[in-house]
Amino acid sequence: MDALIHNTYPVTARDYTSAGHASADIKRRLKQLGVGGDVLRRVAVASYEVELNLVIHSDGGELELQVFPDHVQLVSKDIGPGIPDLSLAMREGWSTANDEARSLGFGAGMGLPNMKRNADDFAIESEVGKGTAISMGFKLG
Amino acid sequence: MTIGDMVSILKARVLLGEDKLDTPVYTACCSDLMSDVLAFVDEKTVLITGLTNPHVIRTSEMLDLKCLVFVRGKVPNEEILEAADEQGLVVITTKATAFSACGMLYAEGLRGVPVPLEWNTEDK
Ligand SMILES: Nc1ncnc2c1ncn2[C@@H]1O[C@H](COP(=O)(O)OP(=O)(O)O)[C@@H](O)[C@H]1O
Ligand SMILES: [Mg+2]
Repeated sequence: MDALIHNTYPVTARDYTSAGHASADIKRRLKQLGVGGDVLRRVAVASYEVELNLVIHSDGGELELQVFPDHVQLVSKDIGPGIPDLSLAMREGWSTANDEARSLGFGAGMGLPNMKRNADDFAIESEVGKGTAISMGFKLG
Repeated sequence: MTIGDMVSILKARVLLGEDKLDTPVYTACCSDLMSDVLAFVDEKTVLITGLTNPHVIRTSEMLDLKCLVFVRGKVPNEEILEAADEQGLVVITTKATAFSACGMLYAEGLRGVPVPLEWNTEDK
């Protein structure tokens, strides 16, 4: 199945000013395709949280958007540092965010659980020293 | 109530969206934690906040919020206001503290975004 949209967004570590630009573009493109309502909001929220995690926690990475006729696939990949304990990271309230991230209103440890809640499919893999990959699927229609 | 009613109740200044003051509002939320807002808000509501960084605007964009209320007379910088303007957000600022602003609006009938008050078995 060919993707209607296939786009990759590089995300720079610690670039707090640009953080969110990829998600804003993703939302705009989906809207142009006629995606709306609940699905659009869920993709937007999950995408924003995962993008901010790349900025706040990773050493840099990318966000990949693929839109198919029946679903949206969002994949985040980074080059490190990886997450030592995934079950801890998935726990609501667990965060290693620094003060800068907190001062922007993030670092509440709600991001990963919120992504999982909003996506229809959620998978996370991480290896310390290698990086983290998160894949989220959202059903359309 | 309408956004215009909120302006009167809070003796607020309108920074953006003077033409949209007759928009009806049914609920509001108040938080400085954008992750929290992203986690529990699922309707086009009003955000009352003391944070004036660009992520407040981006969070509003992700959630399609209608109106932003800055408390304690805070005014975001020009760049942030431009981003809010592009989205068509109404932005107002009040001298009231977050607590008082919420209280004044609640007293006039505005309610919070509904969340269940019952505890689940999953809650630790
Ligand atoms: N891409 C990532 N690379 C490294 N660590 C991450 C990444 N994403 C999340 N984490 C870790 O998982 C924790 C929880 O993430 P999250 O639930 O989004 O909360 P928060 O971002 O508020 O800390 C983070 O504090 C961080 O330790
Ligand atoms: Mg996060």
